[in-house]
Amino acid sequence: MTKEPLKPREVKLMKGNEALAEAAIRAGMDAYFGYPITPQSEVLEYLTIEVPKRSGLVLQAESEVAAINMIYGASGAGGRVMTSSSSPGISLMQEGLSYIASAELPCLVVNVNRGGPGLGTIQPSQGDYFQSTKGGGHGDYRLIVLAPASVQEMADFVFDGFVLAEKYRGPVLILADGALGQMMEKVDLKAEGSLPKTVPSWATRGRSKDRDPNIITSLFIQPEKMEQINMRLQAKYKIIAEKEVRYEEYHTDDADYILVAYGLSARIVRKTVDLAREKGIKAGLLRPQTLFPFPSVRIAELAKHAKAFLDVEMNAGQMVEDVRLAVNGKTEVFFKGRMGGIIPSPEEILEELERIDEKIVAYQE
Amino acid sequence: MEDNLVLEGLEVVYHKPDTLTEAPFHYCPGCGHGVAHRLIMEVVEEMGIEEQTIGIAPVGCSVFAYHYMKIDMQEAAHGRACAVATGVKRLLPEKYVFTYQGDGDLAAIGTAETIHTVNRGENLAIFFINNAIYGMTGGQMAPTSLCHQVTSTSPYGREEKAMGFPLKMTELVAHLPGAYYVTRQAVHTPNAVRKCKKAIRNAFEYQKENKGTCFVEIVSNCPSGWRLTPLDSQKWLEENMLPMYKLGDIKLPGKD
Repeated sequence: MTKEPLKPREVKLMKGNEALAEAAIRAGMDAYFGYPITPQSEVLEYLTIEVPKRSGLVLQAESEVAAINMIYGASGAGGRVMTSSSSPGISLMQEGLSYIASAELPCLVVNVNRGGPGLGTIQPSQGDYFQSTKGGGHGDYRLIVLAPASVQEMADFVFDGFVLAEKYRGPVLILADGALGQMMEKVDLKAEGSLPKTVPSWATRGRSKDRDPNIITSLFIQPEKMEQINMRLQAKYKIIAEKEVRYEEYHTDDADYILVAYGLSARIVRKTVDLAREKGIKAGLLRPQTLFPFPSVRIAELAKHAKAFLDVEMNAGQMVEDVRLAVNGKTEVFFKGRMGGIIPSPEEILEELERIDEKIVAYQE
Repeated sequence: MEDNLVLEGLEVVYHKPDTLTEAPFHYCPGCGHGVAHRLIMEVVEEMGIEEQTIGIAPVGCSVFAYHYMKIDMQEAAHGRACAVATGVKRLLPEKYVFTYQGDGDLAAIGTAETIHTVNRGENLAIFFINNAIYGMTGGQMAPTSLCHQVTSTSPYGREEKAMGFPLKMTELVAHLPGAYYVTRQAVHTPNAVRKCKKAIRNAFEYQKENKGTCFVEIVSNCPSGWRLTPLDSQKWLEENMLPMYKLGDIKLPGKD
């Protein structure tokens, strides 16, 4: 197949999953390994159409278990690599992610979150927050977790994800959801080939005579050595926590109530903030764009002046634990959630906020 | 020191390949792993491909294969060596890639990865060490354990109705169109070692042709796991393993 020339910067109307796949090609992805699962199969489908005409390689694996281990191999060989899946498939990848984190291999993993537990539903959910931010697999490790809230961010976070993965030599997760994957929006795509790439010196590409063998492993049988490896990982996570926190604020300057939400929930809460302000309730939104590292410092600052926090998620209350840790008892933290693939409406969140407001006002009087 | 011994007027006709490190093998006395490691590394040296070869180590007794093989290597999760090798080979199609896996790794937990890697005809070599037992974890039953074989998890013998039958992975993968060269060898006698080395050489040479997967089973022994002396284990291998796992080529290039 004749190769198409590199694509310039373009503005297009695209599905979230397709924008993400297109961004991966533009970001110079060398290889994609994945397995079909709703609601993210468009990523694999899009890549099987585009990659042969453009650059890189794409392979449909026999399972998510195989896919994440192909990622391990190709990343270890120095490639810029990506896989994507949805919740049940991401569960299958946890073993591989633990190995990848320990062996310090850069890669980008995308979870288009659907409702669980179990086979669950194909509708959007945020039920994988714990799995994404607290490790997920065995051992002490973290993923850098990026939480897009638009098709634009589905594309942009691919570039950011590769940069972070290579900067910190580790796995980066984009945690989206079924709605973000399926919705169509305008997206401003970066020019293809604009992300620089170098072949890492540690990659296993054949040992040249002037060096010792490169070994990719997560096995350090002496506990003294394994503790050193753990300390190195923790030191890295500390630097990430200091340098890579990203969040967006909306009307938080004078807000009595800080609503905290990420991804799709944050889009809905933004509307709630507008509705609340129309009714004279001073609400504001803090939207974490990174879930690990978490914007704990900013939340602690906001907690000094806020009357209360309301955390909104499409789950039973997961990120709310991190919000409470950050608020550290300075003020009350409430939670509003819907589960199992149900998306909350701005109005029902507003009702919750009004109930909280009544309670706080009554208490103050 | 012996290392400094100068043998004047004598020709070196046999030496440790430079593709093996100085680390002494941790394998039990009489175990076939050391011979298999050495044969692979001798072939890599003789072909002059140490700069173009990437090996994938498994989980099992040979988990530390990369301590001994002086080439770039990756250590895979249990059973995932074929998937890892696929990732490496797809990214670096001009390089030589091989996996080195035991029976638990390749034929139990990694069955899916093994079959699909061969079915895709990945252009790499799979070296499968079959000693009919889980050596590293202390002699538990393997998928390739023989009927009535006593192991630490089949203390009354492998009873096939409850525990399944010995799995002939090599015959199984030979049926797949992606398999290019499939053979079963052993390392228990000098003659078997010579034949095995030839098969390993073929598995590397065929990668140049890019025709499919090369699969070399090496029937081996496990004196510790089998609770036998090294010598008795060789006898047990001949009398019990070889009738079930017959040596020889199963699929040759151009002959289906």
